[in-house]
Amino acid sequence: MKFDLSSLRAVFARDRQADRVVPPSGFTAQLTLFAAGAMAFLAVFALALSLAAGRLADRWGDELARSATVRIVAPQDQRAAQTAAALRILETTKGVESARALSDEEQSALLAPWLGEGLVLDTLPVPRLIEVIEKEEGFDPAGLRLRLSAGVPGAVLDDHSRWRAPLVAAADRLRLLGWVATLLIAAAVAAMVTLAANAALAANAQVIAVLRLVGAKDDYIAQAFIRRFTLRALAGAAGGTVIGMLAILLMPRASEEAGFLTGLGFEGLHWLVPLLIPVLAAIVAFVATGAAARRTLRELA
Amino acid sequence: MIELENVAYSYGGGELLSDISLKLAPGSFHFLTGPSGAGKTTLMKLCYGALLPTAGHVRLFGADVRGLDRDDIATVRRRVGVVHQDVRFLDHLDVSENVALPLTVSGRHAEAAGSDLTELMSWVGLTQRSSALPPELSGGERQRAALARAVIMSPDVVLADEPTGNIDWEMSQRLLRLLIELNKMGKTVLIATHDLSLIRATKAHVQARVLRIANRRIQLAGADL
Repeated sequence: MKFDLSSLRAVFARDRQADRVVPPSGFTAQLTLFAAGAMAFLAVFALALSLAAGRLADRWGDELARSATVRIVAPQDQRAAQTAAALRILETTKGVESARALSDEEQSALLAPWLGEGLVLDTLPVPRLIEVIEKEEGFDPAGLRLRLSAGVPGAVLDDHSRWRAPLVAAADRLRLLGWVATLLIAAAVAAMVTLAANAALAANAQVIAVLRLVGAKDDYIAQAFIRRFTLRALAGAAGGTVIGMLAILLMPRASEEAGFLTGLGFEGLHWLVPLLIPVLAAIVAFVATGAAARRTLRELA
Repeated sequence: MIELENVAYSYGGGELLSDISLKLAPGSFHFLTGPSGAGKTTLMKLCYGALLPTAGHVRLFGADVRGLDRDDIATVRRRVGVVHQDVRFLDHLDVSENVALPLTVSGRHAEAAGSDLTELMSWVGLTQRSSALPPELSGGERQRAALARAVIMSPDVVLADEPTGNIDWEMSQRLLRLLIELNKMGKTVLIATHDLSLIRATKAHVQARVLRIANRRIQLAGADL
């Protein structure tokens, strides 16, 4: 028995008489439709998770990799001078696009979630922060640290790599988990379709005997079952995908405040990715039913 | 056409058929008789590749059956029409669809053979029953539908295993006439039966050879009616 492009094409070629040689079956049809639909629904969310995690990893990687912070920890009377000295060093540092000291208002805003609004920084030993934006090629953090320590004793450079790396790694791992979940869902579809196809083939042993008696080849018999299960999986998965995409569409919009969960969804061309789920479900059903049919027909020979 | 040479067949540790040699020439008419359990059905199944011999050779249209794969056997079955006593149909298809099934599975659509199918249904007297489902048919109608299905591909050989076993005398005579008519069209016919009256009734119409299976062997091969 062959499984090539022509046999895949035969699945979609309408042959009313060939369709009718296998009797319509009840529970296996419902089982395949339901399983494919439910799995497609879950696959949409797994894909959304994976793609959202990918976007997060990219964003964290890009934004944080291109910025750094210099803290000026110095007595109040020296802070302004050391800040100015640090800015001068930064302006002449290769790979630094811009550097600016945060204003008192900006620093107060950063501390507001912990210390409340209307904070007066003069009363607290809060270091002055300098935001550094890197050029594409980046700067040499070790060299910059040396220059800062020589000219600005209270300066501490934080290039974000220490805490950026685990965040990006976590997002990458989340993306990987999304893809693994998608693969597991595909495997579950294959398992369920195989079970349903085996049940249908076993229930139709007499039909297969009659078809063989009148000269049906194994390809013909297998194709009748493959076509039925492939189209069921396609229809079920299409329904599940549409419902899943609607559910994603109806989720709250992404916002800074709500964070990652509200960003769970598709953006731009990523909306086309879930449309592949029914096609993949049909291919999985095609291969799984083909293998089940081949095995059963060999056993019944 | 179909040739068995020193064929033996064992089942469940015991030998059911032994040293069977048989040649079904084109256009010949054979009866296969013997008591129940003698191995008539087994011999028929050997003749269309449903069983493989445990010893000896079965040649179907010149090819040793052991060298044929399942697709080759399927191709052979398009040249051999088979009618079983416990005839089986696809119960979800109507009679005409069942009769046309060999055409369907071989990729020839029944619509293309529409007039042939109509003619065939008329020949077996089932025109009025063509839309009925198989469970709605009487025993005789089922046998005639099975015969129509067996010959729709215009096979070279027709094998009928106890075709009149479940039907009355009048209906069995009608079926027999159809088989004789097929033979006169040049088809090779082999009928397995333990009904000697059926064999006698054939005598007036066709030269038939009677083969008797007893004690695992063909004992009366060559005896003419």
